[in-house]
Amino acid sequence: MPPRARLYKTEAIILRGRKLGEADRILTLFTPTFGKMEAKAKGVRKTTSRLSGHLQPLNRCQLQLARGHVSDVITGCETLASFRGLRDDLDLLSRALYVAELTDRMTADHVQSLPTYRLLLDTLGRLESSPAPDTVLRFFEMQLLDQSGFRPELERCVGCGNALEPVDNFFAPVAGGTVCRQCVPGLAGPRVMTLNGLKVLRLLQRGSYNDVARVNVPPALAEEVERHLRSYIIGVLERNVNAAAFIDHLRREGARTKIEV
Amino acid sequence: MNERTTSTAAPLARLIEEFYRLPGIGPKSAQRLAYYLLRMPAADAHSLAEAIVEVKDKVTLCSTCQNVTEVDPCRICTDSGRDRSIMCVVEEPLDILALERTGSYHGLYHVLHGAISPMDGIGPDDLKVSELLDRLRAGETKEIILATNPNLEGEATSMYLSRLIGPLGLRVTRLARGLPAGGDLEYADDLTLTRAIEGRQEMDGA
Repeated sequence: MPPRARLYKTEAIILRGRKLGEADRILTLFTPTFGKMEAKAKGVRKTTSRLSGHLQPLNRCQLQLARGHVSDVITGCETLASFRGLRDDLDLLSRALYVAELTDRMTADHVQSLPTYRLLLDTLGRLESSPAPDTVLRFFEMQLLDQSGFRPELERCVGCGNALEPVDNFFAPVAGGTVCRQCVPGLAGPRVMTLNGLKVLRLLQRGSYNDVARVNVPPALAEEVERHLRSYIIGVLERNVNAAAFIDHLRREGARTKIEV
Repeated sequence: MNERTTSTAAPLARLIEEFYRLPGIGPKSAQRLAYYLLRMPAADAHSLAEAIVEVKDKVTLCSTCQNVTEVDPCRICTDSGRDRSIMCVVEEPLDILALERTGSYHGLYHVLHGAISPMDGIGPDDLKVSELLDRLRAGETKEIILATNPNLEGEATSMYLSRLIGPLGLRVTRLARGLPAGGDLEYADDLTLTRAIEGRQEMDGA
């Protein structure tokens, strides 16, 4: 919980905002000290607001907050990083918003997690500079699952507990991980997981980002890995991640434009 | 709400409930409004009721620009004095009011009825984007001004639209983003300042 002093300061990454009343916004912040929290930003929808430019989603900023009865109120703000590269490119922006939404959905209020803050910050930075933004997303997804206590089992079969044979196996999000051929009958929603798919997922789980970035994953394999991770995340959250639909929309339109050209 | 209004006359309780559903109206405001209406002259109350019914019955969306209107096509779309080669794309009908107040724009409009907000699941298909493309393909427009809000959702919408409109070969412009009138330079954020520097303009008459 935040300290009891009337005013306090914290660094934060702004995940999202929603409108409140005439000109206010409730912001969802991720902070290194208090984890995820909400705060009210008064008057930020007016053009004369001194804070509004600093309080856009995906900004990393230094905040001063005043304790309020219901939610704390932001009284001062200075931008530390605005990740401009993400804002000027729609494909990167849609992925950055996916990162923000997933962080919001996977974490609970007021649970401090410095590793998650670091992961979020690193991921936004990597998205801005990496030539393979989708790899950045996969690494983020796997690490966030790990940090939130939903690490998928990728070493053994979740049915019989035996180590997996180096062949094509299955992945069952509901069961929590990989399943061998013998245990698959009767399970809900298993999908074939190729041996290479399994290797990439294991690397995402155990390797560092630099290890992952060095590997060149062919498009079909990247698609398989994305499909497995997405189905697992949907299983954990018991809902879709909204921003993923927009990424898909842009991909579809991009593909269509290429065909027309 | 229910337990609070059980001692109230049923029609009054219903009115309070109805007010309570409006945005920004809490339980106390709902009660105050309902009791105010109760004491109001009957003619005024009827006039208010008629206005509500009329607005629902008569006001529709203009089939051309999607603005709210009681005649279709709306007055702006049929105004022969307006420049038909330029179109301003806004998020909400209220944005048109703000732009019209300036008196410095004489082209046409198109209302999207929202902005792309991926995290809230609002995508291009939820906005009046296909209607916009149909209008642009019809061919009168030479320039399109993207006047969405200068926030994350508005920027995303503008980027998406410019990508979509690009192949049509029109001039696509974006409202200038920079320092607000009456603002203080020291409080401006980096992004706003950067855009203000990029969009700086020649001073004439020096």
